[in-house]
Amino acid sequence: MQQAGVRAIPRGGSARAFISRVLILVFALGFGLAARGEAQTESFSPAIQAEIAQLGSKNRKKRRRAALGLAKRLEPKLLPLLLALREGSLYRWQPESGEARFVIGGDAVTRGDEEYVPLFSIHGKKPLTSPDGNPFFVIEGKLNKIRAGRRIRRAIKPYLNQLQSSAQLYSADPNVRRAAATRMARLGNKNLIPLLDKVLKSETHWLGRHALIEAKALIGLKSPSPEDRRSAAAVLGEVHGLNAVSQLKRLADKDADPAVRTASSAAIKEIEGYLNWTATIDTLFRGLSLGSILLLMALGLAIVFGLMGVINMAHGELMMLGAYATFIIQGVFISYMPQNYFGWYFILALPVAFLASALMGYLMEISIIRYLYGRPLETLLTTWGISLILRQAVRQVFGAQNVDVKSPEWLSGGYHLMVGVQFPFNRMFIIALAVFCVAGTYLFLFRTRAGLRIRAVTQNRGMSTCLGVPSRRVDAGTFAFGAGLAGMAGAALSQVGNVGPDLGQNYIVDSFMVVVTGGVGKILGTIVAGFGIGGMNKMLEPAMGAVFGKVVILVLVILFLQRRPEGLFAIRTRGA
Amino acid sequence: MKSKKKLMSAEKLSRRKFLKKAGVMGLGAAAMSTLPFPNVIRAAEPIKMGILHSLSGTMAISEVSLRDVVMMAVEEINSSGGVMKRPIKPVVVDPASDWDLFAEKAKQLLLKDKVDVTFGCWTSVSRKSVLPVYEKNNGLLFYPVQYEGEECSKNVFYTGATPNQQLIPAADYMMSEDGGGFKKFYLLGTDYVFPRTANKILRAFLLAKGVPASNIMEEYTPFHHQDYQTIVGKVKSFASGGDAAVLSTINGDSNVPFYKEFANQGLRSEDVPIMAFSVAEDELRGMDSKSLVGHLAAWNYYQSIDTPQNKKFVKNFKTYCKKMGLPGGASRVTDDPIEAAYLGVYIWKQAVEKAGTTKVDDVRKAAYGMGFEAPGGFKKIDEKNHHLHKPVLIGEILKNGQFEIVSQTKGLVKPEPWSKYTSPDKSCDWVNHQGTYKKTTT
Repeated sequence: MQQAGVRAIPRGGSARAFISRVLILVFALGFGLAARGEAQTESFSPAIQAEIAQLGSKNRKKRRRAALGLAKRLEPKLLPLLLALREGSLYRWQPESGEARFVIGGDAVTRGDEEYVPLFSIHGKKPLTSPDGNPFFVIEGKLNKIRAGRRIRRAIKPYLNQLQSSAQLYSADPNVRRAAATRMARLGNKNLIPLLDKVLKSETHWLGRHALIEAKALIGLKSPSPEDRRSAAAVLGEVHGLNAVSQLKRLADKDADPAVRTASSAAIKEIEGYLNWTATIDTLFRGLSLGSILLLMALGLAIVFGLMGVINMAHGELMMLGAYATFIIQGVFISYMPQNYFGWYFILALPVAFLASALMGYLMEISIIRYLYGRPLETLLTTWGISLILRQAVRQVFGAQNVDVKSPEWLSGGYHLMVGVQFPFNRMFIIALAVFCVAGTYLFLFRTRAGLRIRAVTQNRGMSTCLGVPSRRVDAGTFAFGAGLAGMAGAALSQVGNVGPDLGQNYIVDSFMVVVTGGVGKILGTIVAGFGIGGMNKMLEPAMGAVFGKVVILVLVILFLQRRPEGLFAIRTRGA
Repeated sequence: MKSKKKLMSAEKLSRRKFLKKAGVMGLGAAAMSTLPFPNVIRAAEPIKMGILHSLSGTMAISEVSLRDVVMMAVEEINSSGGVMKRPIKPVVVDPASDWDLFAEKAKQLLLKDKVDVTFGCWTSVSRKSVLPVYEKNNGLLFYPVQYEGEECSKNVFYTGATPNQQLIPAADYMMSEDGGGFKKFYLLGTDYVFPRTANKILRAFLLAKGVPASNIMEEYTPFHHQDYQTIVGKVKSFASGGDAAVLSTINGDSNVPFYKEFANQGLRSEDVPIMAFSVAEDELRGMDSKSLVGHLAAWNYYQSIDTPQNKKFVKNFKTYCKKMGLPGGASRVTDDPIEAAYLGVYIWKQAVEKAGTTKVDDVRKAAYGMGFEAPGGFKKIDEKNHHLHKPVLIGEILKNGQFEIVSQTKGLVKPEPWSKYTSPDKSCDWVNHQGTYKKTTT
């Protein structure tokens, strides 16, 4: 039965709910409430329609001719259809009643053994809906795929690229507009200048304007008139056209006209000066970002190791648990929440990650670590054992594969500070989170009663016990707090790196390095060491490369600790 | 059966007497096996197969899938009559991503378990560490991963790609009009033997094709490198003049931070594509694929290959993982090394059946020039060495973590264990020569 292919797909939901919905739908269909898809209101001109019809031809040559004919029209309205043709998501669909028509398929959804494809119209790629307003799905097997072989794809590619770039000039995202303008510039076709001018008139975003002006000047560099070339070079120098450097260099060397050569050299000088300036800003930001990551990782350790003296080798695994907590929250959001709330899962994941790791830390403390205080070697070995257990446990439950933690939309991309300088959102968020965690820890330790007790116990256990501080409970709480901070760091790290059973191993050494360099027992030391090591790393890396840069950092840390074994900030004690 | 009943029914049977009798019976059985009906008893005797993949430690992420697919192949073969009517008995060991342990476990498989064949290893360093063990004891290893070449062992069959079956066609594609006509290349890799060798070959190839040395950048990062801010910044300024692409041999868990940073700093696959040699479907499972869409990879197999054989293979693998309760279940995917491990088992089976024995030297000779209809299409072993003739496919990463095949070599590409760009005078031949030999070029 043809109609059996048409079903609404529930989001998440149990299999039973799905079956019942299918039954209801099949029932409804029996009564003739068949979903037919929205009637096509707009349509192409008859000539285009005839050519589209040829796409379904069995004759390969006819198909190719039709595809090329459509592409050559450079008709913006045909873009969705041509893109679908190239991606292999253009179908011919025979509805239960009425004529067969061309449709575009969206991302398929698997339910049971079948793949369901949502349908879109070829005109404007609007979703087809059933009469009740739900998206319209068809079993993939019921659709006829329009095959576009490599030859067809290759033939239509240049037209498609041009169409796509001109369409992107009107995109809502200034970054896309900018990339499209730059691509147009590379086409180097002076017929494109009027189009660029037209877009420039309506462009309001400074970044888009910059790219358009740069694109125009880039095309101007290829002009046969020396005066055009000279003025284009001057414009590029003025607007710091970073994309023009190699072309300008060629002109400065080889151009026939001396005026163009001088203008080009001047422009290069201008751009290179600007590049030095942006490189400095970039390096500063990168150092800040790496430093904040190091700080986040080390903060929990600074409390557990620094204040309590526990060499916690399982610190990395506590981070890993936080990252997996994020993964679980993401899964919950995908299954149970409407799609447009998905972006907020990460906000909920942060406290959950904190609590999950804090709970694990608490259990570790009351069951094992409690009995090992003052015996650093035993703690080291025991916590190493715990870290192995946790890693293998996660591997058993979630598999050895890394898991996919998606970045929410608001953490993808970056903020354009100026031309050529873009700060990724996820890194800015981590910097903010690090500041938040440090401030929170500071307030907790120095402005609350619990913090006061923690400080009392770490400074003089015997005396505080005498004064009625329940030191065991304080110990467990402190350890749990440090573990929780590790969990939060893990959640944050899921936005810049992998989430897998070995996540902790990548970070544990760096964490210890920061805490030890900063001076054991001093949170301030950890902060300074984190930003210091991060900043230095990023300053060394451009010149030395990543491998050697890291080696140099380690050597510097060793040398530093040779001179000052107690770290940056030492606690002054009267003890020997 | 009858005599056993009698034994059991005998009253007051002392333990010593029982043992004596049982011993005599055992001797009798052993003597019988050599006498009138050897085949009947042999038929039940299984062929032992070692599986040497890390199931724990850092490499488990990649190698567990290979164990799974080899076990699946074993199950398929056993349920359809076995090899020469003998069932396969897999011996699975876990070398735990530890190179020394690889050699130790290999020794155990060969000397204690006496396996007839081994399927295993992923990293080049693990292969190098077991190599002397297999060569000394004349064992047989099937190695399923693409590697840097420059090796020609009598005891290893390499079912993955050699450099010329992955690197060269990929670079060629990027330079072609179809691939975008790129003129500047940023060679980026993790700092170990495969990327170093791969980039040496790539650089030699690009220079030979007329790319000026100033248009080639080469850079390495340590294992597990997480912070790609500076490198992506460099790529960005390298690419600012246009026509630049990245050729990436970044390995394992560094890929996610790299691609994320790449996208977040505003580089787009349409303008600066990354051609990767170590990112396949199985790795994409654990990545947020949003930032990878539109980038490229070069392999000899993709899950998306649209043939009935491949669709069946993919379905079988998913069903198998689900049935065995393996993590991931039906959402598991196949990829190049998984197919290479799977086809290795079948090629070995074919070779054993052709040779009529599991003796390593006979199997080896039987395998030369042998063809096999693998899930991803026909492949064959070279007539003279232990590498495979394979097609090379360029794939573009799609939103769902699968690849769309955008380019494909015509026919099979002949393997070159010694690249003609870096070692033009060397070749590998086990028929007319003793392995690696010097070509007498005129």
